Amino acid sequence: MFSHLLSGDFPRSRVLLVVLLLILAGLTFAPFAFPGAKALNVAAKICIFIVLVASFDLLLGYTGIVSFAHTMFFGIGAYGIAMAITRLGPTWKAIAVGTAAALIASLALSLLIGLFSLRVKALFYAMITLAVATAFQTLASQLSDFTGGEDGLSFRVPEVLTPGFSLSGHPFLGVNLDGKLISYYLLVAVTIVLFLAMLRIVNSPFGRVLQAIRENEFRAEALGYRTVLYRTWSNVLSALFATLAGALLALWLRYNGPDTSLSFEIMIDILLMVVIGGMGTLYGAVAGATLFIITQNYLQDLMKVASSGLAGVPLLRDLVHPDRWLLWLGILFVLSIYRFPTGIVGKLRARAQRAP
Amino acid sequence: MTFALETRELTIRFGGHVAVNSVSCGFAPGTLTAIVGPNGAGKTTYFNLISGQLKASAGRVFLRGQDISASSAPQRSHLGIGRAFQLTNLFPNLSVLENIRLAVQSRAGLGLNMWSIWSSHRGLISRAEEVLETVALTAKRDLAASALPHGDQRKLEVAILMALEPDVFMFDEPTAGMSVDEVPVILDLIRGLKSRQDKTILLVEHKMDVVRELSDRIIVLHNGALVADGEPDAVIASPIVQEAYLGIEVKA
Repeated sequence: MFSHLLSGDFPRSRVLLVVLLLILAGLTFAPFAFPGAKALNVAAKICIFIVLVASFDLLLGYTGIVSFAHTMFFGIGAYGIAMAITRLGPTWKAIAVGTAAALIASLALSLLIGLFSLRVKALFYAMITLAVATAFQTLASQLSDFTGGEDGLSFRVPEVLTPGFSLSGHPFLGVNLDGKLISYYLLVAVTIVLFLAMLRIVNSPFGRVLQAIRENEFRAEALGYRTVLYRTWSNVLSALFATLAGALLALWLRYNGPDTSLSFEIMIDILLMVVIGGMGTLYGAVAGATLFIITQNYLQDLMKVASSGLAGVPLLRDLVHPDRWLLWLGILFVLSIYRFPTGIVGKLRARAQRAP
Repeated sequence: MTFALETRELTIRFGGHVAVNSVSCGFAPGTLTAIVGPNGAGKTTYFNLISGQLKASAGRVFLRGQDISASSAPQRSHLGIGRAFQLTNLFPNLSVLENIRLAVQSRAGLGLNMWSIWSSHRGLISRAEEVLETVALTAKRDLAASALPHGDQRKLEVAILMALEPDVFMFDEPTAGMSVDEVPVILDLIRGLKSRQDKTILLVEHKMDVVRELSDRIIVLHNGALVADGEPDAVIASPIVQEAYLGIEVKA
């Protein structure tokens, strides 16, 4: 049963298993264990980025394709929801229409990019995706009539998902059973389903071919695999899952704009999360996204504490001043990549293999 | 009689250099043909043209009488042309078994199956295990291919070809760089294939004793052209081979 759900792909390291269970438990009980709006937002962001990073890993880690257009598909999903609800009103039908339209747009665009450019060398492909993504971002911020331009679109969601909706007048374990909570659990459920779906894809015969292509494309061709076809499929699937992650983001934030879903910063964040978690393993996406987003959101708070604790020490006090948090974030990532080139998951699995 | 494989005036030019020059040759089903010639004679390039890794500048390739000149390498693989490479060409970070299983999976046409778990296809795995057994690599099945010593990598290269079960087997110096005690495993495999009498085998090999023992026929390539073709003993004894291939000056 479990084996079937996980597609036979187990964590293969006891430490990793514990880490993953902790993350799962943390996300499941977040509203109760970590009260407050910020904590819930961080937990929701982790869920969304697990899907987004896993979908990018399908492309980068499993197939070995470097693309910078991943946030474009993320943005298409978010804009699909935002534009559909803005026009059709806060209904489930609008959500369905928006998601479907976004999926179709992503399918067409990823197919087009794939068929036209997957034959070229890796570096050129990365450049082409960069150009397309930049063009798309400019387009999104210029077409204000449709996209709200730089300001983006704020919109309402179906009532059941709003903080105003209440399931019961009485709080449960000190938490109001409101629409925000329903949204959150819907998000967690969809995240789990999408993650398991991707886990199935990478562990299917198809997923095995993707890894073969990453290892030696020439040989895969000689074995009879038409690699252009497989790379295109990988591109399309990865884009579709990113689109769904974008739709989740927009629904959670009830807002979407170019900086929220299309910015190049997000692209770099995704890259870092994949590498830190461990390329070519979807569990890496879970570990990488969780670690990255928690650090991004709480490092500054941690430094505030440290800084006030060191108030008497002149140089050190300034070094850990909360304003320097980006410096420390950078140092942390450089160190982690330097120390764990195969990512958290790669490192843990290698350790488990050495000491069985 | 239809040839299992035939090339007609097959030619490839790289700039001004003609690497394979109008080679016309038919290979009868069930025979083993050795292809010999000095380094740079165009043997590997000839193979690449047949298996589709390179596109010919001119000429055609026929498989069982059917023109496959326009087919891509993956298509030719599915049509029954199998190829082992001279320079070991594996999936380095995948396990030994997986290297073979991928070949079995390709043959089974399951590559685009996205919704089943790979390990649920037990048949593919057990077939891969069978092939692994024939090259005596069973004990190393879970190692990464890159972790194997050179000789074992050569065996794996041949095992991948076996797993594809093609009609035409192309071996490009299968025993190159192998230690003396490892060579028999590969030769036994080739002998086994030959004894089935339904497979067509092309073999590029430098070891003349191996060539003499295994082949039904030898063709000689020199500067990209076919310069001799015939019974092994006759070809080996011919002045052109003595001179062009073995580098022995033939005294007039």
